[in-house]
Amino acid sequence: MNAKARFAVAVVVLLLLMTGPFLLTAGVVYGDLNEEQRLSFIQAMDRWLPIGGLFTIVALFLGLQLLRGLFKQYVQGLMAMAETLRLMLGANRNFRVVMDGPPEVQELGRAANDLAQQRDALLDDVEARIAQANTSVEEEKNRLAALMSELALGVVVCNLDGRILLYNNRARLQFKALAQGPTSMSGGALIGLGRSIFSMLERAQITHALENIRQRIEKGSAEQVANFITTTRTGQLLRAQMAPVLSATDTKESPAQVTGYVLTIENITKNFERETQRDQALQSLTDGSRSSLGNIRAAVENLIDNPDMDPAYRERFIGIIDEETARMSERLAKTTTEFADSLKTRWPLEDVLGMDVVVAAQRRIEDKLQMTTQSESLEDSLWIRADSFALIQALTFLASRLQDHYDIRELRFRLSSEGHMAYIDLIWSGTTVSSETFYTWELESMNVGSDSTPLTLRDVAQRHGGEIWYQREKAIHRAYFRFVLPVAEPQGQASESAHALRGDSRPEYYDFNLFSFSDSRIDLDRKLTEVAYSVFDTETTGLQPSEGDEIIQIGAVRAINGRLLRQEVVDQIIDPRIPLKPEGIPIHGITEDMVRGQPTIDVVLPVFYEFCNDTVLVAHNAAFDMRFLQMKEARTGLKFDQPVLDTLLLSAVIHPNQESHKLEAIAERLGINVIGRHTALGDAFVTGEVFLKMIPLLAEKGIFTLRQALEAAEKTYYARVKY
Amino acid sequence: MTKKILIVDDEPNIVLSLEFMLKKEGFDVAVAGDGDAALEKIAAFAPDLVLLDVMMPKKSGYEVCQTVRADPAQGALKIVMLSAKGRETEVAKGLAMGADAYVTKPFSTKELVAQVKALLA
Repeated sequence: MNAKARFAVAVVVLLLLMTGPFLLTAGVVYGDLNEEQRLSFIQAMDRWLPIGGLFTIVALFLGLQLLRGLFKQYVQGLMAMAETLRLMLGANRNFRVVMDGPPEVQELGRAANDLAQQRDALLDDVEARIAQANTSVEEEKNRLAALMSELALGVVVCNLDGRILLYNNRARLQFKALAQGPTSMSGGALIGLGRSIFSMLERAQITHALENIRQRIEKGSAEQVANFITTTRTGQLLRAQMAPVLSATDTKESPAQVTGYVLTIENITKNFERETQRDQALQSLTDGSRSSLGNIRAAVENLIDNPDMDPAYRERFIGIIDEETARMSERLAKTTTEFADSLKTRWPLEDVLGMDVVVAAQRRIEDKLQMTTQSESLEDSLWIRADSFALIQALTFLASRLQDHYDIRELRFRLSSEGHMAYIDLIWSGTTVSSETFYTWELESMNVGSDSTPLTLRDVAQRHGGEIWYQREKAIHRAYFRFVLPVAEPQGQASESAHALRGDSRPEYYDFNLFSFSDSRIDLDRKLTEVAYSVFDTETTGLQPSEGDEIIQIGAVRAINGRLLRQEVVDQIIDPRIPLKPEGIPIHGITEDMVRGQPTIDVVLPVFYEFCNDTVLVAHNAAFDMRFLQMKEARTGLKFDQPVLDTLLLSAVIHPNQESHKLEAIAERLGINVIGRHTALGDAFVTGEVFLKMIPLLAEKGIFTLRQALEAAEKTYYARVKY
Repeated sequence: MTKKILIVDDEPNIVLSLEFMLKKEGFDVAVAGDGDAALEKIAAFAPDLVLLDVMMPKKSGYEVCQTVRADPAQGALKIVMLSAKGRETEVAKGLAMGADAYVTKPFSTKELVAQVKALLA
């Protein structure tokens, strides 16, 4: 029975107590009287009943007041105290029971406060010791951080789901430069702890590199890193090196598992441009000279062999020599200057086992295109120097073209070598391809289904310093595409030394809880403690989005793993393109001067959207902010459809008996210092702190997962009041 | 009977030397300046051997070679590729396309003539 029901019962009992004895006495007296006496009794009662009734009602009213007072002071007062005590127990240690109500309740409160005092003294002692221990851990972490930030390379550490666990400043700058749109405000919108690396790098490429590493580990190869080159959406070229992070257990029975990876990333667009330039220089020097030299040599030999040549012919041959030597000198001078500013960088090719590439390509073709593949005569110890990802893309591309244009269903692979050249052949029977068609394919971008790349077959061949052509085996009615690639020196079996090396160099100072994260999409059954959040707030011109009020500021901060990441933020003033309301200015403190020249919502919203991608949204009174975002949905096409948690509703879930669920009130209850309020980012910070404090309080109420939190919030009274 | 040779190259400076030299050796010589003209001349002039440059406008030497080899009527035609591209892979490609010989520039005219004669023998 809850408090309200008990109050109702008490009221009924009071009523019975006040009227009962009187009615009972009247009944007994009435029963004892004879006819005559009864008549006069009724007459007397008739006369005195209104006054008696009035007295009773007045007394009943007074009794009710007394009962309500007692209920409020003792029952509700104690319930409020219980909530306060819970707060003291969990979220806010410094909170104390406020002395209120009757002396007995106050005494209880005093006792509880004393108890809290005693506990604090004990806790402070423990905390001091923990702090001491933490300092040394922190020092180590700082050392790592300093080391990372000094690196000239971008470093990103991810778990197997591609969640970012750690990154350095260099990586942030690199990806910031790559972000689309006005980069000044995104401030690392792409990169961030708990964000997915796949929003920056292609998923397929990372998966492929990881697969390569796994294979190498299985074979006990010493080389446990993989290199790849990737092209970003903005056309920049990145070179990435991936090294595995291995689990701590590494015994014979359970060998170390890959639990994540470290990516070192370098933007090589400039290098590559230089490289191309250098290639051209070299090309024009060698090939250009060959041709001129050939012309000269032929002319000279003709002159020598024919001393009695017709003078007109002699004149022309000498002319050729003169012209070609002049051309060569000119070319040499030109290339020398160009060559001077191009650096020596090479396309990083990896040594891979040819068979691995073929098997991977077969698997991909079978998966993607549902074609059957067979292999015939694979040379099993042939190592090639290759960019295996691009190579597999190329093979898949050719297979898909054959399937689309010639209805080929089955492909065969052959791997062979000749001197320094390795051949990978993609063979099919029946229909032949015209060489014109192949020449067009060669220059097309290799797009297969949803996989797209700006590279062409020609590019792939050139990167490898290889060739590709189409050839027919008429006699047996077959045709094939042949990739010619450079052969690599065979790798030794260095498994033992690799093992020793790995044991020594494994870092011991990583303690990233995110390593145990699973699933990259938002799963409603994930624990609240494991979700990545974007906590945000907006400032607006007014309270009526449907009547033309607009967003003038967005602030957002990332929260993950019980921490607010104050460097991962969006903080942007927006030009609303309408005049500001004078009454709003004192509240948000944003003036006309401040909004002028700022980007419009059309520019800012995509950046904010990117920031929130793959995370759960958190806001105080979220319905209000969400309404503003929804108003823009039709125009920008950006749908914020991820789960939203509202700290106002969650507060009502945790403390149903508290009067106020305003952000200030909650912050005070939970012991959070409020600074910089009423800027969007300031409010987002406070909301974020509040939210993080709420997670353990929700757990006390049996709310652990995202789904449970959303359901509980929906059930509260406040949720039913639609904004 | 006089053997017929077609020179396919877009550079007049090498064409003049080749033409002079081969004529002196007693061959019947014709010249084409690009890939398309080469295919026309092969049909019209019916040469016994083609000296084929790789880098040319319109159609590359590789393409010309593959087209010719796809035509069974031209089965007897000898093809010598002349190229300023001398990498191993390019030589392999030329031979795979069906060239009888692949000569990289610069070359010795004497050796070239010897090779031509050997092929036509």
